[in-house]
Amino acid sequence: MTAAIISLRGLRKSYGVGTPVETEVLHGLDLDLAEGEFCALIGPSGSGKSTLLNLVGLLEAPTSGELAIAGQSTTGLDEQALTVLRGRTIGFVFQFHHLLPAFTALENVMMPSIIMHGVATAEAESVANDLLKRVGLTGHEYKKASQLSGGQQQRVAIARALSLSPRLILADEPTGNLDTQTADDIFALLREFNRERGSACLIVTHDPRLAARCDRRIELIDGRLAAAARMPQPA
Amino acid sequence: MARPRLPFEFLIALRFLREGRMQTALILLGVTGGVAVIVFLSQLISQLQATIIDRVLGSQAHVVVRPLEEANQRARTDPQFATIIEPRAQRLRSVDQWEAVVRLAESQPRVVAVSPVVSGPAFAVRGRASKSVALVGVDPDRYRRIVKMDTYMTRGAFQVEGTGAIIGIELAKDLGVGVGDKLFLRAAGGRDELLHITGLFDIGNKDLNRRWVFTTMKLAQSLLDLPGGVSNIDVTVADIFDAKEVAERLQAASGLTVESWMTTNSQLLAALRNQSVSNNLIRSFVIVIVALGISSVLVVSVVQKQKEIGILRAMGTSSNRIMGVFLLQGALVGFVGALSGVALAWGLLNFFSTIYRSGDGAPIFQPELDPAIALSAAGIALLVGLVAALIPARRAAKMDPVQAIRA
Ligand SMILES: Nc1ncnc2c1ncn2[C@@H]1O[C@H](COP(=O)(O)OP(=O)(O)O)[C@@H](O)[C@H]1O
Ligand SMILES: [Mg+2]
Repeated sequence: MTAAIISLRGLRKSYGVGTPVETEVLHGLDLDLAEGEFCALIGPSGSGKSTLLNLVGLLEAPTSGELAIAGQSTTGLDEQALTVLRGRTIGFVFQFHHLLPAFTALENVMMPSIIMHGVATAEAESVANDLLKRVGLTGHEYKKASQLSGGQQQRVAIARALSLSPRLILADEPTGNLDTQTADDIFALLREFNRERGSACLIVTHDPRLAARCDRRIELIDGRLAAAARMPQPA
Repeated sequence: MARPRLPFEFLIALRFLREGRMQTALILLGVTGGVAVIVFLSQLISQLQATIIDRVLGSQAHVVVRPLEEANQRARTDPQFATIIEPRAQRLRSVDQWEAVVRLAESQPRVVAVSPVVSGPAFAVRGRASKSVALVGVDPDRYRRIVKMDTYMTRGAFQVEGTGAIIGIELAKDLGVGVGDKLFLRAAGGRDELLHITGLFDIGNKDLNRRWVFTTMKLAQSLLDLPGGVSNIDVTVADIFDAKEVAERLQAASGLTVESWMTTNSQLLAALRNQSVSNNLIRSFVIVIVALGISSVLVVSVVQKQKEIGILRAMGTSSNRIMGVFLLQGALVGFVGALSGVALAWGLLNFFSTIYRSGDGAPIFQPELDPAIALSAAGIALLVGLVAALIPARRAAKMDPVQAIRA
């Protein structure tokens, strides 16, 4: 078994803690995801998939339980440390592509590097140009994100998620609002980068076709993992 | 187009400002207007005050040393008359041991010039015309450092010797005399002398142009029956607002009557002070309004940029840096608004200086900008921008990135 990029033990998440409407969304999850694994996260709407991704992405804190990313326990880390760990280790692809609309495609792809280094380096620029080429957006580098089509924006988002070569990519319904052909292309891109760079991917999807093409499928039902999904499976 | 060169915070702050064009234009307008009002008002008031003070002190010594008042002296020497003190008919008296007093005054800190003066009432007579004048005997080299007579001379130089006299242009007109003419002068005590006019001055004050007749100290002493004496000692100090303190110190040291311009013009001083207070009040109002404007527009911008903030956070931006981005926006609008505000104030000063003119057509103020005023206004604008951005920036920093991303 390879080292775990994600490791959850008894992870719980409640919303509205201390109020009359307190509800537990995740009821104690145990899960390991190995480095380089390409994994689908499936489950009905409202089962807690996005919540789980936000916890793993260190955007939210669990109510209780253990969460380790790349072997580092996140318990007791302050906001600054979490931000550094997130920036170094994780790339996000959101359902609604979530680009910065006032910035060009190139600037959006460079943004994680600009955030990390404080300025745009020449190296980051060439990496970003290469990535845009790889996702088929040569010639669109200097277009504002808001001027691109949905599929193009999602390609930019994937290039951005990859720009720092993160060890973990979290994708929340990355093809959710794209047509089948575009969805296939986007999925293929993720798969390609996973093979090439060894970035582990956790992809939320409703599309059984795409889920079937992953190495592993985890199913979340009402805030609980289906029994078979807990441990990494041999590829 | 190449990669952006700016540091992260600048890059984001500038792009956010550019994106919210209307709002940015609005706050810039507000800051520009505010800074312009403050700079314009401060400049105007400081200039007008300087002009007023200049006019008052243009023909007046900062500090004047005189013999003890008649009334005081009589009360002191004659206790039984203490209740019926009345100024007696004017009789000139000299400052006791005035040479020692001059030396004492010269040795005081912050005193830059001391000039003994022999002055008293007289009549200037020509033909049947007779004018009441003030005879002023001076040492021109000393006196020109009390009143800038050199700048007032319209004919001849400010120099007197022998029976030479310098008179004002109004007196010259009233008597129909000019440089080279003779002038008969009779002092109140009856002594008289035939003077010849060597120069004319225009102090910018009709009354003084009609009254002052400058001669040598020696001639004035003999005409006014004040042999070897002086009627008063004029003193110039380095900073005009030190005058009161210098006068008090000199009074204590000499035991004579010493008055500063600040005491004799106390009403004017109070008026100037009130003007400064109201200027400060206006400034504070403007600052508060501008700050509220910046703050409220930025608060709206934080809400509008919620999604972008969430994205930036998800990509590894700490909440402190998000705060920095919004503080920077405040500082940037403050800075740019200050620049354009100073430029606008400069324009206003030029415009109004051509519109508002005094009776003789001269502008009542100059289109000048004191760098200190401009710099301090710019500094205040920068600070106000920062402080105003504090609340929005903290809101931005506290914003939950997940809320933004889920939406
Ligand atoms: N901030 C929140 N406050 C309260 N309830 C929330 C919040 N976020 C999500 N939930 C609830 O948590 C549950 C899981 O949501 P989510 O993780 O978005 O599910 P999925 O992504 O699987 O559709 C839902 O019932 C949702 O209403
Ligand atoms: Mg979801």
